[in-house]
Amino acid sequence: MLDFLKQPWTWYAGGAIIGLTVPALLLLGNKHFGISSNLRHICAACLPAKIPFFQYDWKKEIWNLFFVGGIVIGAWIASTYLSNGQPVQVNPKLVQELSSYNIHDYGKLMPADLFNIHTLFSLKGLLLFVVGGFLVGFGTRYAGGCTSGHSIMGLSNLQLPSLIATICFMAGGFIMANLILPFILKL
Amino acid sequence: MAIVNSTVQAVSENVDLEKCSLDTEGINEPHIQQHKWYHNVKYLLVGIVFGIAFVKTEIISWFRIQEMFRLQSFHMFGVIGTAVVVGIISVQLIKRFNIKTIYGEEVVFHKKKFNKGQVIGGLLFGFGWALTGACPGPLFAQISAGFLIIAVPLLSAIAGTWVYGFFRDKLPH
Repeated sequence: MLDFLKQPWTWYAGGAIIGLTVPALLLLGNKHFGISSNLRHICAACLPAKIPFFQYDWKKEIWNLFFVGGIVIGAWIASTYLSNGQPVQVNPKLVQELSSYNIHDYGKLMPADLFNIHTLFSLKGLLLFVVGGFLVGFGTRYAGGCTSGHSIMGLSNLQLPSLIATICFMAGGFIMANLILPFILKL
Repeated sequence: MAIVNSTVQAVSENVDLEKCSLDTEGINEPHIQQHKWYHNVKYLLVGIVFGIAFVKTEIISWFRIQEMFRLQSFHMFGVIGTAVVVGIISVQLIKRFNIKTIYGEEVVFHKKKFNKGQVIGGLLFGFGWALTGACPGPLFAQISAGFLIIAVPLLSAIAGTWVYGFFRDKLPH
């Protein structure tokens, strides 16, 4: 049983569990799935700075911070106790491309030879971590949601604006990964 | 029920409609306000299952995101597609059979309004997604999965949200 759980899950098993989060949150208390709102709640709680966008009672949204707390615990449980220790299986074409940027470590879910403190203090790290993170926070709030709020919750409720947002998420990702990221990784 | 009705009314008076029109704020406010903090533990438990799925399906992996955006693997499209199909069926079932919450309340859905932010913000988020290999949820999960360096993009994402809030009135919507 444990060996079974330790295997990476198939796309349909994982997708089904993630999809079931939508009715679970709705039926447990009328909550709408959406993770990026937590970034806003953190701003409202820590540094509202009299900005109207952060003037609301963030404590009323505390359920979402509990939900994220669960994600943190769940990810820790899965990576500590449910990992089979095998390298990530990646498409050979990607392996070939990444090796040209000196990325060779497939031991964990993230390439350890890229995601480390050494990279952080370089132009490459600044673009990947600082600019990348900034775009995630700025972009999701500007779009009014992220992959969970728009692509899963919004599409589940057949909302056209969410479909438009999802198409733009994907378009942005395609442009970055294929046209811009290769130059950054060569730095 | 009388208590529920009066609190629902109290909540709706507090909701700033202008603020809600562009965002989700206000829609998730608890309808039954006498709930103590520990009622939120159920969301923690859902989060734990979700977090395990995040790691075991490898969707928090930078490699999987790169494969997705290079069309080198069906995996991520399969995960998101299955999640959406399961979500659509669930929402339809809740609507058709008028399934109530565990507190007997009506499940409330909200229409999203289109604005330019979904295009401009959507593209910007797409750039960040391909760079970091993470959406907001995986940012949290990657840290506890052992990549402490992701604290940097997470703090940067919080800063990005703050800067959006600061310049919000000047941005096209």
